[in-house]
Amino acid sequence: MSQEILNEIESRQFKEGLPTFRVGDTVRVGVRVVEGNRERTQEFEGVCIRRRSSGVNENFTVRRIASHGIGVERTFLLHSPRLDSIKVVRTGKVRRSKLYYLRGLTGKAARIKERR
Amino acid sequence: MIEGLLGRKIGMTQVFSPSGEAVPVTVIELGPCVVTQVRNKDRDGYEAVQIGFGEAKAKSLTKPEQGHLAGAGQLVRHLREFQTDNIEEHEVGQLLTVDMFEAGQIVDVTGTSKGRGFQGVVKRHGFSGGPKTHGQSDRWRAPGSIGAGTDPGRVWKGTRMAGRMGNRRVTVQNLQVVEVLADKHILLVRGSVPGAKNGLLMVRRAVKATN
Repeated sequence: MSQEILNEIESRQFKEGLPTFRVGDTVRVGVRVVEGNRERTQEFEGVCIRRRSSGVNENFTVRRIASHGIGVERTFLLHSPRLDSIKVVRTGKVRRSKLYYLRGLTGKAARIKERR
Repeated sequence: MIEGLLGRKIGMTQVFSPSGEAVPVTVIELGPCVVTQVRNKDRDGYEAVQIGFGEAKAKSLTKPEQGHLAGAGQLVRHLREFQTDNIEEHEVGQLLTVDMFEAGQIVDVTGTSKGRGFQGVVKRHGFSGGPKTHGQSDRWRAPGSIGAGTDPGRVWKGTRMAGRMGNRRVTVQNLQVVEVLADKHILLVRGSVPGAKNGLLMVRRAVKATN
């Protein structure tokens, strides 16, 4: 009974029409940013290196190599209203559920095979 | 109006605020509470309203308890008294619901904390313990000195030592009401509240905060 009430409160916040994507996929995430009183969408593209938790707290981390070869990781709440869109750019074939090993690799070694 | 209501802790989750922030909330089933007795100055020497919460079976209540609840129209498990501005507003059998609270209001929540059993001073009082190394033995989680020597020749009352921890009345003040779901008797409060799931809670208008 208690769990049902919690599930109901969580489920009314769930987003619909989210794309299915896995760890290893390259995704482009649109994030709503508020600047003063203007709102715009900022894009962040990179490899999804982990998905964790479930329910309303489900989240994922995207890693990209920014300028000068600096790795940048951002974690997003899947059901957050600040998350505008998720697009799968490329599907990847990986054998881990968490790609933390990518943090130690650069350049050619950090490539991921495409899944077909 | 009555200052608060009785309820049951359901659990914690998170909700998104309009600006997109994830807000941690405790879900509380608050009421409906039934007025079981009105205390007045003439008979009792003080003014208060006794309310009941939680269904109870007749076989789990004594005959005197059943007699006390006869006027209320339903059998309840928990009884507590609350203060009120005006006892005239209340009569036995009246139902009080969660819609006396509104989103944004500040409340105090009282419950019974989880019992931790017999605990040492490090967990119970936050002592630092002793050094791990440099020739120490059996001093790692020790309390250190518990007082002076021959004078006073005893340990002061109230000295913090190991013992039973938790399972006592705890009040958390100034929690914000995030949402009220009146049709389901649900109250969402920002932050955590004392006690385990299904534990009895008292939710009252904040004593200190000005709403």
